[in-house]
Amino acid sequence: MRASISRRAVLAGAGGLVVGFMLTPAIAAEPEPTAAPVAADDIAADQTGSPPHDAWLRIGPDGRATLFTGKVELGHGLLTALAQIAAEELDLPVDHVTVISGDTERVPNEGATTGSRSIETTGAALRQAGATLRALLVDRAAERLDVPADRLTVRDGVVTAPDGRSLAYAALAADAAPRSTAPRRADAPAVRPKPAAERRIVGTAVPRRDLPAKVTGAARFVQDIAPDGLLYGRVVRPPRYGAVLDTVDADAVKDLPRIVVLVRDGSFLGVLAEREEQAVQARAALRRATTWSGGTTLPAPDRLWEHLRTAPAQTHVIDQRGDDVASAPAGAVALTASYRKPYVAHAAIAPPAAVAVFDDGFLTVWTASQDVFALREALGAALHMPASDIRCIHAETGGSFGQDGADDAALDAALLARAVPGRPVRLQWERDETFAWSPFGPAMMVDLAGQVGRDGRIATWSHTVWSNTHAMRPGEADEPNLLAAWQLDGTAEAAPPRTAPATAGGGAERNAVPPYDLPRRRIVEHRVLDMPLRVSALRSLGAFANVFAGESFMDELARAAGADPLAFRLAHLSDVHARAVLEAAARRAGWPGRRGGNRPGLGIGFARYRDDGAHVAAVAEVAVDRRSGAVRVARVVIAVDAGTIVNPDGAAAQIEGGVIQATSWTLREAVRFDATGITSRSFADYPILTMPEVPSVDVVLIDRPEAPSRGVGEAALGPTAAAIANAVAAATGARIRELPLTPARVLGALAASPSQSTPEKRRRG
Amino acid sequence: MVLRLNVNGTVRETAAAADTPLLYVLRNDFALTGTKFGCGAGECGACTVLVDGRPLRACRTPVGELTNARILTIEGLGSAAHPHPLQAAALAEQAAQCGWCTGGMLVAAKALLDRNPKATESEVRTALADHLCRCGSHNRIVRAVLRAGRAPRRT
Repeated sequence: MRASISRRAVLAGAGGLVVGFMLTPAIAAEPEPTAAPVAADDIAADQTGSPPHDAWLRIGPDGRATLFTGKVELGHGLLTALAQIAAEELDLPVDHVTVISGDTERVPNEGATTGSRSIETTGAALRQAGATLRALLVDRAAERLDVPADRLTVRDGVVTAPDGRSLAYAALAADAAPRSTAPRRADAPAVRPKPAAERRIVGTAVPRRDLPAKVTGAARFVQDIAPDGLLYGRVVRPPRYGAVLDTVDADAVKDLPRIVVLVRDGSFLGVLAEREEQAVQARAALRRATTWSGGTTLPAPDRLWEHLRTAPAQTHVIDQRGDDVASAPAGAVALTASYRKPYVAHAAIAPPAAVAVFDDGFLTVWTASQDVFALREALGAALHMPASDIRCIHAETGGSFGQDGADDAALDAALLARAVPGRPVRLQWERDETFAWSPFGPAMMVDLAGQVGRDGRIATWSHTVWSNTHAMRPGEADEPNLLAAWQLDGTAEAAPPRTAPATAGGGAERNAVPPYDLPRRRIVEHRVLDMPLRVSALRSLGAFANVFAGESFMDELARAAGADPLAFRLAHLSDVHARAVLEAAARRAGWPGRRGGNRPGLGIGFARYRDDGAHVAAVAEVAVDRRSGAVRVARVVIAVDAGTIVNPDGAAAQIEGGVIQATSWTLREAVRFDATGITSRSFADYPILTMPEVPSVDVVLIDRPEAPSRGVGEAALGPTAAAIANAVAAATGARIRELPLTPARVLGALAASPSQSTPEKRRRG
Repeated sequence: MVLRLNVNGTVRETAAAADTPLLYVLRNDFALTGTKFGCGAGECGACTVLVDGRPLRACRTPVGELTNARILTIEGLGSAAHPHPLQAAALAEQAAQCGWCTGGMLVAAKALLDRNPKATESEVRTALADHLCRCGSHNRIVRAVLRAGRAPRRT
């Protein structure tokens, strides 16, 4: 990826200097980011025709910087990291950088904050923008001080000449001629960001800027926004997908105090009250006072895998190398195995919420959406109003791990606010509807087949994945793709779209291609079009199941070859960074190697996230209680190469969080449902890992300051799951291929005879 | 009818009905939004406050039962300018990601340390066993509580 920045894009706006930078989609898709120098005329309008000045970094008349970014804080520390990058290139203290984020009226559209991409794309562009703006300031100082620019130094926003004279950024920025667009050095060599050796802020553990407010209760989340005149909203959901609202007995709430209004549109039913507890009571009363009919039927849970295998699907060959993978050299051992991952819930502790107000036909929404621009378009489509009459402003929520109900809540709030023009409405979901109506990470099934030759090398590898799309965000599907939009009057089906949109990609293929040197391989995706449960993006998309399956199967092949799992992996890896993380994790974890045999309860998992992201190797240490079947993950060592680490503590926190969330998914989590709907409706129904159960997490960061940065938010999930499953197999001899690794499954695997817990295996003559 | 509640050392008034959960009164009447809704069923711990020093779920506790009680919320623990040792320790350990569970965790930890200033790691984990965190900040939170336990205590 290359940050396209033009010196001509450097404008002097009102009160200061600004520089625009942008990413074009084609550039952003390039696999190997480099901080390439930028030519003066290198402005490219993006494919949607947006103006070129897509983001702005400004030095104000006070000498401080403001970054306006479309990326948003998800609790992952992004805005702190972006401020570090800007401060580094501008030579400013990091607290002299203000970040304005996620407001459709104030910031550029940089797409969704997803995919562990923000530091890779926005971060890289920001480095270049910061360097460009600094160069402009230094040019100005050179002119005023009459000293060549290359003899000036900059520290904390002050440009100093060798003779000691100096000019602060404030002085340099204050008298800029408005709309001056002709930088003096237009023909000068392109500006390069700082070399690694000169960095002072990037690479250091700058404390998170949002945490002082979060540990003192002062932080304002979207659920805390309370404009004057606020009304509190709740929505009454159908009992199941696709049910239609037949009758409402409004008398049920007529005696409740201070209920302002019932809002009904088709099968959408909401209530507004002056006090929040009254809205909660009204919702409960209305649930008893409504009748519904119809509803879609879900597959029986025990038929889910058959459903995935037989439902209509689009089939894509993701990767194919070498000859027919079915043929094999003489003497090869052939294995097949099938792995399963259930539907998994986001299960953020905060419920979806939004605040909305209609003023003179203009809608303002405070939302925790990960993509405020796509949400604005979707709201416009759902409300039949121009997107230009809508402003979406991001506010944090408590936990953001993909597409949960955040976008849906924005439409709910807007529908309620439309009924009371001029009055702000805060809409919040209750816990049961949060579980029942948020999209889930799709169930996935992965069939592996492989052959190991007499030489101990993998001769063939076949990976076939069945999954729904993981991409159903607003803007990723044909419709507005917001929950309430299916319920409004005139909508054909009061249910999430049952058929996936016909677009390529979708996330099921993520990390389906193994990271190993495999000359003969075939990777196939069956993109299952029928979507009985509502699904969309959950942290790491298909990578979690694909890595769990592929890395479990690596261990199964290693066992068939009589090889140590680590040595077997290394024997198939020429990528030096892959080898480095595996060796680092193994060393830290005390991996015993071939001679020691695999210590009971130690398992390994490796992936390069998204094929072009961070290299991650995890070693899990587990203890299995053979009587109860309970698995305890005592420790996870995880080595990560993410190129340039912007903030080592922030990166470590993301890795730790990824490990712990993946441990919870792996040991505990599966959404329960029956033919009529979702039955996981509380944390009691859907238990997640608790404080006494979390493993200790030992993060080994391999910093490569000359390399571009890679995102780390999602990179740890797949390798952690695989390491745990492999550790359970090492501890017990029982291979479990279906998640989660519940006590019942462990006991079942232990009870099965060794031949049953071994994959289908045959030697070719 | 007006109810008087002693919150963070200040007596405040609310017109809420006596059966109103404390959570809504704190958040909406007193603008103390550091206490969070997570589940409404006492399963997650995000709404935990101290009532006469003991952790209680504000989502399940009617205000009518609290008129003679001393209520402490995360805002009453300390501020950014004057953080409680637990808050300072949470910052030192960078012990939060989204920050939703943090307030409930820290007030529950205060109750633990008030009772048992030298709480061990295992005691900390047990005391916080019914506080859910989805971001995976658990180990940092435990380290923060242990750090605060070692720090000079505020009276």
